[in-house]
Amino acid sequence: MEIYILLGFVLILSIYLGLELISKVPSTLHTPLMSGANAISGIALVGALTLTQDTFLQTVIAFLAITFASINVFGGYLVTNRMLSMFKKK
Amino acid sequence: MGNFDIALLQNIAYILAAILFITGIKMLGKEATAQRGNVISAIGMFIAIIVTAINIVNPLVVLGGILLGAFIGSVIAVKVKMTSIPEMVALFNGFGGLATFFIAWSEMSNTNDNLFQYLLVILTVYIGGVTFSGSLIAYGKLSERLKIGKGHLVTNLFISLFYLSLISILAMLILPMIGSLPLNFETIFYIYLALVMLGGVGFVLPIGGGDMPVVISLLNSLSGIAAAFAGLILVNNVLIVAGSLVGASGLILTIIMAKAMNRTIGNILFIGYAASVASSSSEQGEVKPINAEDAFLILENASSVLIVPGYGMAVAQAQHVVRELGELLEENGTDVKYGIHPVAGRMPGHMNVLLAEANVSYDLLAEPDDVNPMMDTVDVAVVIGANDVVNPSATEEPGSPIYGMPILEVANARTVFVLKRSMSSGFAGVQNPLFFKENTRMLFGDAKESISGLVSEFKD
Repeated sequence: MEIYILLGFVLILSIYLGLELISKVPSTLHTPLMSGANAISGIALVGALTLTQDTFLQTVIAFLAITFASINVFGGYLVTNRMLSMFKKK
Repeated sequence: MGNFDIALLQNIAYILAAILFITGIKMLGKEATAQRGNVISAIGMFIAIIVTAINIVNPLVVLGGILLGAFIGSVIAVKVKMTSIPEMVALFNGFGGLATFFIAWSEMSNTNDNLFQYLLVILTVYIGGVTFSGSLIAYGKLSERLKIGKGHLVTNLFISLFYLSLISILAMLILPMIGSLPLNFETIFYIYLALVMLGGVGFVLPIGGGDMPVVISLLNSLSGIAAAFAGLILVNNVLIVAGSLVGASGLILTIIMAKAMNRTIGNILFIGYAASVASSSSEQGEVKPINAEDAFLILENASSVLIVPGYGMAVAQAQHVVRELGELLEENGTDVKYGIHPVAGRMPGHMNVLLAEANVSYDLLAEPDDVNPMMDTVDVAVVIGANDVVNPSATEEPGSPIYGMPILEVANARTVFVLKRSMSSGFAGVQNPLFFKENTRMLFGDAKESISGLVSEFKD
């Protein structure tokens, strides 16, 4: 049970940190922020890599988790970068 | 290196990755540093993935999955048209949710008798699953492939399934306390998985297109929270930190969007405009149409012009001709600004992305708070396919469903041009008194054609 307390601590602090970090964002950056944050949520890939693959079903599930998380990661970062390279001041 | 050393190395690398995510997302919030911020966060992701891949179980499955995902993701990201960005973001978001759904599903077999772990799995399956199916519906609505909305029989069926899925969470939580089950546990769990997916459909299906900015932000937040919960299940700090950051940023965007509509999140998700009391007054007058030639003459003599784009500009893909018109006006000595409402379009910052694509400098874009005080110095406000965000009912008519919503008060400009396809009302279904004002002129037709008409008048 102790480990969950510790993890819960990390969870609460991180959410609080996130709220503080991003409280004021100009509307120009709303879409890139959302898209960039979305790419970060592809961190699920790290979790997908650690899944056990003892049975056939587990292997299939792990493969799907890895594939979809990878789409999220690669697609998310690339599309955000493409978008941000259009935002220029002249 | 023994197992212990690998675990230690991984944890140190995860701390580094967490620092990079935090720095990256902070820099994403400022115009000057946004692009570098995205790169820094990508480096954090790369480090986290590499150190995790050191001791993978099955290289073939893992590498195959990563390569396949990388290929699909990259192709979509490079090929997608900038006008399709809203639905693309929704789709990627859904895939992140789906990955956490699978993670939690897979971890079900590792819960053993740990009740807390079991609870986490049930919740993570739910959040991840709803994020996925909800995002798919959002994708369908944003790309205009899905036309079913509120009030439809199918929608009502799925709404019931959404409530049923909520109840099923509770049922799953008390399940371990029941001695003998009518079905074996595996079957019940599969039914739960299906209900979760259907529930997500019911969650987003009744929500209208104009409320999509809020829904997308919320789904974005949920995908982060799902990843953080997966981190709790897997006892993995980097998932918790990264997921929480996404959850927080999505939540902030959700709140900004809801505020820009002067509605609570609950009202947007579960009630919608239709349930609001309809406006009683219908002081309609006559609309005064104008043609491109006369509009040009007024614009030519204007010293200050405010362009207000809305969803209509996105639909007509008129952003490039709008930029052209803006440049011609500037060459003519006119001061040109763009008034951007936070919820104009279908996602947060939708108009900004389109105008950026068309090469409009972002320091020309102004928010309502900046332009409203100076509205009486504006000679012409050109409203392009925006409706509810410029509706004066929001400030003048206490009975109106949109009363209190912060708007761009274009009615205070000397002259208002409204570019519009027809006289239909906006998404909110509220009649717009702006069209009947003394200083308003209607330029009917497709936004792109109307603007092109003005542009060619300037060139002649």
